[in-house]
Amino acid sequence: MNLESLLFSIFAILTCVSALAVVITQNIVRMAFWLVMSLGSVSALFFLLEADFLGATQLLIYVGGTVVLLVFGVMLTASGPYMQIKTSPAEMFLGGGVGGLLLLVLASSVVSLDWEGNVAERLGKESTVAIGPRQSVNQAGATGRPLGLAFLGLRTDQLDGNGAPLRPGYLLPFEIVSVHLLVVLIGAAYLARAKRRVEPSEDTV
Amino acid sequence: MTTLLAATTLQEFFTGWYLPGFEEGLSPGFAMLIAIVIHASLMMGLFGGLPLFFIWLERKVAGRIQDRLGPTRVGGKFGWLQTLADGIKLIQKEDLAPGVADKWMFQIAPYLAVVASFAAFMVLPISDGWVAIGLDAGVFVILAVMALEVLGIILAGYSSGSKWALFGAMREAAQMVSYEIPMALCLLVPLVAVGTLNFREIAAMQSGPGWNWLVFHDPFSFLAFFTYFTVATASVKRAPFDLAEAESELVAGFHTEYSGLRWSFFFMAEYASMFVVSAIAAIVFLGGWHTGLGLESALSGFRGWRPDFLFKGFVLGNYLLNVLGAKVLIFKAFLLVFVQIWVRWTLPRLRIDQVMTTCLKYLVPISCVLFLGAVLWPLILVTSLKRTTILEVPSIGQTFVGQSSEAFEGERDASGEWDSGAAAITEGATR
Repeated sequence: MNLESLLFSIFAILTCVSALAVVITQNIVRMAFWLVMSLGSVSALFFLLEADFLGATQLLIYVGGTVVLLVFGVMLTASGPYMQIKTSPAEMFLGGGVGGLLLLVLASSVVSLDWEGNVAERLGKESTVAIGPRQSVNQAGATGRPLGLAFLGLRTDQLDGNGAPLRPGYLLPFEIVSVHLLVVLIGAAYLARAKRRVEPSEDTV
Repeated sequence: MTTLLAATTLQEFFTGWYLPGFEEGLSPGFAMLIAIVIHASLMMGLFGGLPLFFIWLERKVAGRIQDRLGPTRVGGKFGWLQTLADGIKLIQKEDLAPGVADKWMFQIAPYLAVVASFAAFMVLPISDGWVAIGLDAGVFVILAVMALEVLGIILAGYSSGSKWALFGAMREAAQMVSYEIPMALCLLVPLVAVGTLNFREIAAMQSGPGWNWLVFHDPFSFLAFFTYFTVATASVKRAPFDLAEAESELVAGFHTEYSGLRWSFFFMAEYASMFVVSAIAAIVFLGGWHTGLGLESALSGFRGWRPDFLFKGFVLGNYLLNVLGAKVLIFKAFLLVFVQIWVRWTLPRLRIDQVMTTCLKYLVPISCVLFLGAVLWPLILVTSLKRTTILEVPSIGQTFVGQSSEAFEGERDASGEWDSGAAAITEGATR
């Protein structure tokens, strides 16, 4: 077992155990802590797979976002210190059933996939398509620039023989998401605006 | 992920070691083990040593500003062993936890703060290629990692079971969540000019004379430097933004209930983060490990000098230049840390509403305007002056490309070549 697979197993186990702990723990702040551990381990897996930008994004958005969730969702709304969440048996049954079914679907699709055949097929495809000069970009972990270009509509990872991109990038989804976020922002500002009552001025009384 | 020491990794360095008795070099596995131990202890030493020095400096500067002497006795002349004495005292203290505290979380929270602060050191380069993990998205990663320190502080405040601590934690959370936005925006302003998130490339673009530094690149990045420094001071919760511990109103804020070593962990994290934000400012705005006086070009004959003494394939000239670069960078970062300390003992603390007003009503709009200006700046220059710089000098991209061909020759990795853009330095060497 080399260093990478050892680290992978450590972080994979940490992800799963922390995710289970989120479900099992009853103290709501400890749940948030375990959620941070789980999401942080996922980002460590991304770093291990040489997806630096994705790992950092995971840290910034999910782990950092959990802090905001923790503060505004839990601390400001909890009535007393160390709020506990008690789940009823029906909820436990329902949640466990849905989670188990999802796990079953995922596990069956993972097991049924022909991994070695898939790898061979991919290798065959890649040998026929001439890939751009920076083929090993993902191995080097330098994903920032190709990712940025892909968001601008230029996929540098899959080029044909003349250096022209084979597939369109992600400009349209990127723009749609941007506009969506802008709408959310304006909506939040509208909802949170100061609501002034029209007060009768003194001289009319 | 391997680490670079003057164009050879430490592992290669030890494999090529031929001392008497080790004529054929160490075995790769053993060399890697030694390299790991050296790297880890270097990082831990830096992480532990910097706070020791900064706390002493803080007390000394505070003393001078308040017309006192500060520590004078411990360790002889300037009381320079004062922090170590304090540390020994803190280790001896009882490790207390309040009865109402959520004990498990109370005990784990300081470690979270320390780990987040330490993780920032792993992607922070100290000199050209001297970085534990040379990431392509280094600036982004360091911002993401540093944002996690607040989690330890919030958990500490919440699990203490004390009102002072909870108030401190809430203030800290509100402050951090707001100040992250202008901090990232201010860093984006110089990054627009260089077009990379890689610390090594950013610093390499600022080589040569001092006006190549990104702080002088355009008026917007000049203003962005000062905005960034203000925001960075707030983000490491230094006065006048130290609302989380405001001792005049909240006893000691989030660490009211802590004692002993766990208490000192928070301060280790704080002072180490001060160094990290200052070093980021030094690399991104102030030329990184370049002196800006042309010392590098004067010493460029040194580059590539390999006497083959004791170590096969070890380029001693590059190593010595890197040592010089590390000293330059640390000097710049120390200067900025000194300014942070100076500000703390000069300005009164703001109120929490003033802190939020400063951020949301002033710093965020200012940084947005600076970002917009930085994006439009090349456009304005090209339409008015028909070139992309004000002065009649080659733009930083051109000088950089010219230098890169000689300075980085032999370090380029064939797999990392990427020539379709203007900035074409590869990161193959740092990985």
